[in-house]
Amino acid sequence: MDEIFGIPAPLLFGQLLLGLINGAFYALLSLGLAVIFGMLNVINFAHGAQFMMGAFAAWMLLEYAGLNYWWALLLAPLLVGAFGVILERTMIARLYKLDHLYGLLLTFGLGLIIEGVFRNQYGSSGLPYRIPPQLSGAWDLGFMFMPVYRGWVVAVAAVMCLATWLVIEKTKIGSYLRASTENAALVQAFGINVPRLMTLTYGAGVALAAFAGVLAAPIYSVNPQMGSNLIIIVFAVVVIGGMGSILGSVITGFGLGIIEGLTKVFYPEASSTVIFVVMAIVLLARPAGLFGRA
Amino acid sequence: MAAPGGFSGTDFRNEEAYFLGFTQAQVIAFVLLIALLAIGPFFLYPVFLMKLLCFALFACAFNLLIGYVGLLSFGHAAYFGMGGYITGYTAKMWGLPPELSILLGGAVGAALGLVIGWIAIRRQGIYFAMITLAFAQMVYFFCVQARFTGGEDGIQSIPRGHFLGIVDLSRDMNMYWLTAGVFVVGFLLIHRIVHSPFGMVLKSIRENEPRATSLGYRTDDYKLMAFVLSAGLAGVAGGLKSLVFGIATLTDVFWTMSGEVVLMSLVGGLGTIFGPFVGAAVIITMQNYLAEFGAWVTVIQGVIFVLCVLAFRRGLVGEIGNWLRVRL
Repeated sequence: MDEIFGIPAPLLFGQLLLGLINGAFYALLSLGLAVIFGMLNVINFAHGAQFMMGAFAAWMLLEYAGLNYWWALLLAPLLVGAFGVILERTMIARLYKLDHLYGLLLTFGLGLIIEGVFRNQYGSSGLPYRIPPQLSGAWDLGFMFMPVYRGWVVAVAAVMCLATWLVIEKTKIGSYLRASTENAALVQAFGINVPRLMTLTYGAGVALAAFAGVLAAPIYSVNPQMGSNLIIIVFAVVVIGGMGSILGSVITGFGLGIIEGLTKVFYPEASSTVIFVVMAIVLLARPAGLFGRA
Repeated sequence: MAAPGGFSGTDFRNEEAYFLGFTQAQVIAFVLLIALLAIGPFFLYPVFLMKLLCFALFACAFNLLIGYVGLLSFGHAAYFGMGGYITGYTAKMWGLPPELSILLGGAVGAALGLVIGWIAIRRQGIYFAMITLAFAQMVYFFCVQARFTGGEDGIQSIPRGHFLGIVDLSRDMNMYWLTAGVFVVGFLLIHRIVHSPFGMVLKSIRENEPRATSLGYRTDDYKLMAFVLSAGLAGVAGGLKSLVFGIATLTDVFWTMSGEVVLMSLVGGLGTIFGPFVGAAVIITMQNYLAEFGAWVTVIQGVIFVLCVLAFRRGLVGEIGNWLRVRL
């Protein structure tokens, strides 16, 4: 099996793997966006910047504190998540009673500030972050070589998505969260601290973005624009999947990554636009999104 | 804030149209604006003023959607930038006269708006913003790859040509009068649209779309029409800008440009007639004086965004109007 549909197999599988990795990031980011939106009714435009902060946090922890990748995987989401909590308490919480679009504008501004500060400090050329030694090298799968780190990213992202789903669907705090998404006033009347729940939700969504950022650090170079380029595609992913369901955004994320990878093989010119084309088709056929409720 | 949900400016009762749909205060403000446009080039650098006016027209076009229909388009750079490319290409490669190439830029902007708007109006609110942003990014990627845009280089040394075959636009003052004229015409056109029966329907959609539907209006048609008009005017603004500077580049189709026009309208005051002009003036002046600070400009813009949203939602013109108890 050297060729499939006239395409060399290593090329096909290589692009499929790349697509799967992009899909993993789409899934993690759109998941965080969906959780935040469900609870706060705010589209977190700063999500890309917070993803970038995660990557930078990993780099800084290594550079200034000598803490390796595994520490970064734990600490960076906590640090950036705490930063998110501060943002929510001091600013975003003031906008809940206003038009939802103000939340979008505010977080857009926050994203600009964060990105600008990092660009001032670290330039825009990008900083290298090494793959941890335990995860370097590649496996020979027979039909292709698979870098261990890339397999790790896909696996961890999938586990993380599953874990988020479990927390939301199967735990008590998840049930509070789902109930507040349906009717926050009623949940509050039952004596549950909804504002705190909202803060925690935002923090968790931001932490998820930062976690994705740490995963991305060794793959892409760590640079201030890494998030803003991604977030617009993630918006399209969110529109395609609809924000109604957790698993929906995960499936859509991975699926679109694969579609993008395949497009790179069969029609490279369209690879940067294919997701937007899919979005247009979905909007024409199912305006609420594949998994959305109208 | 007036209605807690709305993007509308404050509404004042007991005011009557004084002249062509303008209230008395608006007439005074408009005369002031014309006077500023007339004496401006004798005190300030004309190219700076032309840039300001191009962005002011762009912001007015954007404000037509957000201020009067309640639609936040986060991808208006697509129409602005594409208008610039089309004007630049037709003026340079086909040798079209400036009036035609600008109109073509506007027409292509409107056509693009028709396609994107037709798909985007299927969703509302936040989704609408995300969809328009995503499509604008698609247009950006298209412009990166397409041959006629010149990719990373853009279209350079675009000739300004002769307006109506007589007026030599390579002289800055002539180009300035054309730019100011186009701005005033665009400004009045938007004012006319807003105060027409069509505009009333648009405002009713902004306030309560289900109710407008129940009154028998096909709200989607109205929204699409407004979107096309707005995109067309943005295209004209982009075309003008490419003639003023002689270049059309990827910067003008990038998402940061969409953010900038949102910022201008927000600073000036969403849903006010004079707000976009004032907002554009503030932001362009700021960029001009802060250019040496590099990336700090982005940070400052972000801070202004945050301040406007948190504390200053009426914008400059909205605050002044509220202070004077008039609608501007």
